[in-house]
Amino acid sequence: MVRDLDDIIIRTCARIMVPFMQVYGLYVFVHGHSSPGGGFQGGCIMAASFILLATAFNIKEAKMRFTEKVNGIFCCLGVFIYAGTGAVAVIFSGNFLDYSRWTNILPTNPVMARYYGMALIELGVQITVMAVMVSIFLDLVTGGSHEEVMKTDD
Amino acid sequence: MNKFLALFVTLVAGALLAYGAEGLPPWGDPQQPASIHVSPRYIEKTVDETGVPNAVTSVLADYRGYDTMFETSVIFTAGVAVMMLLRGMNHGKRS
Repeated sequence: MVRDLDDIIIRTCARIMVPFMQVYGLYVFVHGHSSPGGGFQGGCIMAASFILLATAFNIKEAKMRFTEKVNGIFCCLGVFIYAGTGAVAVIFSGNFLDYSRWTNILPTNPVMARYYGMALIELGVQITVMAVMVSIFLDLVTGGSHEEVMKTDD
Repeated sequence: MNKFLALFVTLVAGALLAYGAEGLPPWGDPQQPASIHVSPRYIEKTVDETGVPNAVTSVLADYRGYDTMFETSVIFTAGVAVMMLLRGMNHGKRS
């Protein structure tokens, strides 16, 4: 169980840092095409922002902003976006994960369709990694009983 | 006794791995199989074929996209497994 520490310096620093961490996580994901980065790294930074919230405030505070339901949906949604991006290529008579077939939907040439297809699957990776990291953290730190934490009012 | 057995097994396995590492190509050798098979093609064609200047991203997400898809699935599975183990354990304690 995470002890509920009540320190105004830590809380204020965490509150200021969290939006910047999330913007940086999105930057790492978007800029993964031309520099080191991508879905895995960006997702971990996004998850770290929620873990910072949970440690600086308490688990209830973090779960109010990223509820269990949304977390579960995001876990599945990322894999779904990834597999769906590949499956769309199959619909347009291509191979699985052949993003150049996205030209049937996107008004671009095949090269840029592959570029945007990669962005889409990185988005899927980002969402899954973020949700799973937060979920594993909450499960490990509370021993799987964080739904009960929400019911107590402290 | 069991401790020494474990140590023996660890040492034998380590020695086997070290012996196997002798057969690997030298570190950073440009003529090693990993560097001459598909790598040059990826490095040459990445920008022309995918429009992505970062070859790591194009290999990860495009040329080896199938691999990355199951990497994502493994992460998803890990999350589900932790959920099942810890929350299921908790559930059993209550009833």
